Amino acid sequence: MLKNYFKIAIAVLKRRKFFTFISLFGISFTLTILMVLTAFINKVVNDKYPDRKRDLSLYVNNLERKGKNSMSSSALSFYFLNHYAGSLKTPVKVAISSGANGTNTYVNNKKISVFYKYTNADYWDVTDYDFLEGKAFNKQQIDNGDRVAVITEDTKKKYFGDIPSVVGKYIEADNVQYRVNGVVKNVPITLYMFYSDIYLPYTVSKTNYNDNKDYGGGYTGILLAAIKEDVPKMQEEYEQMVKKIPMNDKDYDRIYSHADSFIVGYVRTGNEEKSGVTIALLAIGIFALLIMLLPTLNLVNINITRILERSSEIGVRKAFGASSRTLVYQFIVENLILTLLGGIIGILFSVIIMSVINSANLIPNLELSLNFTVLFVALLICLVFGLLSGVYPAWRMSKLNVVTALKAQ
Amino acid sequence: MIQLQNIEKVYRTDTVETLALNSISLDIAKGEFLSVMGPSGCGKSTLLNIIGLLDSPTKGGIKIDQQKTELLSDKQLARFRNKKLGFIFQSYHLINDLKVLDNVELPLLYRNCIAKERKELAAAALGKVGLSNRVKHFPTQLSGGQKQRVAIARAIVGSPEIILADEPTGNLDSSMGNEIMDILLQLNKKEGTTIIMVTHDEHMAKKTHRLVRLFDGSQVQ
Repeated sequence: MLKNYFKIAIAVLKRRKFFTFISLFGISFTLTILMVLTAFINKVVNDKYPDRKRDLSLYVNNLERKGKNSMSSSALSFYFLNHYAGSLKTPVKVAISSGANGTNTYVNNKKISVFYKYTNADYWDVTDYDFLEGKAFNKQQIDNGDRVAVITEDTKKKYFGDIPSVVGKYIEADNVQYRVNGVVKNVPITLYMFYSDIYLPYTVSKTNYNDNKDYGGGYTGILLAAIKEDVPKMQEEYEQMVKKIPMNDKDYDRIYSHADSFIVGYVRTGNEEKSGVTIALLAIGIFALLIMLLPTLNLVNINITRILERSSEIGVRKAFGASSRTLVYQFIVENLILTLLGGIIGILFSVIIMSVINSANLIPNLELSLNFTVLFVALLICLVFGLLSGVYPAWRMSKLNVVTALKAQ
Repeated sequence: MIQLQNIEKVYRTDTVETLALNSISLDIAKGEFLSVMGPSGCGKSTLLNIIGLLDSPTKGGIKIDQQKTELLSDKQLARFRNKKLGFIFQSYHLINDLKVLDNVELPLLYRNCIAKERKELAAAALGKVGLSNRVKHFPTQLSGGQKQRVAIARAIVGSPEIILADEPTGNLDSSMGNEIMDILLQLNKKEGTTIIMVTHDEHMAKKTHRLVRLFDGSQVQ
């Protein structure tokens, strides 16, 4: 039976090559977009470099303050994270790092744009960067205000060229010379909490990090629990701590800040009423639906046209014993064969597009790849697509009156 | 075998009501070869479609093999057609995308029949109509007479008790028409298949056991 359906599906596809081309193009193009998107999300969500201890960590990215007439939402100050988050009992370590700031540096009169980020010593313990040479700066160096830096392999290549070792050499950023202490593997820009080209001790920051007692600032934190079971306790302790913080600014009377899991933290919008996850899922869902809607409608249309061409076949099949349900089944199977073909082409397209994105380095350091998650999602999308575009035409087809169907030819 | 009781078929549009069949009652015995004649538009094909359960009458009832058919569901009707009935159409209605053998095995697809058995039965049916050498051809590569023979093979592959033929020789020249007619006569004689054939051709009709004439939807002979 299935073999028979397959034969007829292929024959129908060959019959109107232009229609087939449009259908396949629509399906494969849509799938390509969705697969690249899935690969992107998968990379961001599931790739755990450099924070491999995600299930032990809580992320503090945002502080929101509200008053009668004012509202402020920003990252946090070093003081806040160090003084308040640092005094919590459950976390064994609190990583603090600033956002990445852009600056230019010059090598042989050639301008290089780099990002630099300030971190504390715990940052290197909480995260798990792969060091290609050297090591992270330690607490001693930070306390001394040593001008030392950890740089990424890309920065090393751009600044020093292809030389085996750069530890001990000097790199200039923001008009200051730093001694290279270590070189780490690149981090994709999508991991904004970790991405940078140069990592520096917070004590060399030009802004006065400790005197600024304001709560808002440019730093984010990661709280690390000793064991997994401590994570909820740590979250609760942070929430309680935030509630007790004295207001230091008369413009505001409420203060909100959360220690979130990675995903919740990643998509937190700064909106206290709605979870960022809901908004992110909704946005992705609507995007995927819109992207799929047009080719689906197109496919429904093409399918209906094709059905009319096949009314004689439908009449004959019904006359010889096919029930409406059997015909619906046949047509859906045929459509699934078409969408799966489109899926295979889509996968090929995705591989090509991903390798183009990777090699052009459109998103710095983000290596997109096709893995089982992406393939599984692709297969699922194919199925949904095939069903969406097949069910209505199949239903219409099965309702055709046999006599009318036979007369049509 | 087949009993029609006061069959009436009315086609309604918004403005016009057409009486296609008017109070037709007919008993067709097992093994009978019946021909139906009449001018164009007199309701011959409508009658055949109603007997073939492809269309339902506005009034009246049909019994086939003691089974009242008006109460059957879509699924039951499909199964009934598959087991009991075979169809031959004037314009063959072969599926051009499928090879001759695949076309012939079509009725068996809707039964619990394994692929090997299907192929064997389809090849045997093609043998009966003298087309064993055209198994791998596509319908478009065949002449009109050959196409109709494929259609007959398809109609008999499931060994139905009744064959309904709507002008099976209508598109063919007289020698090919005679060939087809001979096959049908053989089928009736050797296998005892009940055949109901709509035709315009008096010469063909004379070869059958009984002739029914319709005029304006009513039976006149």
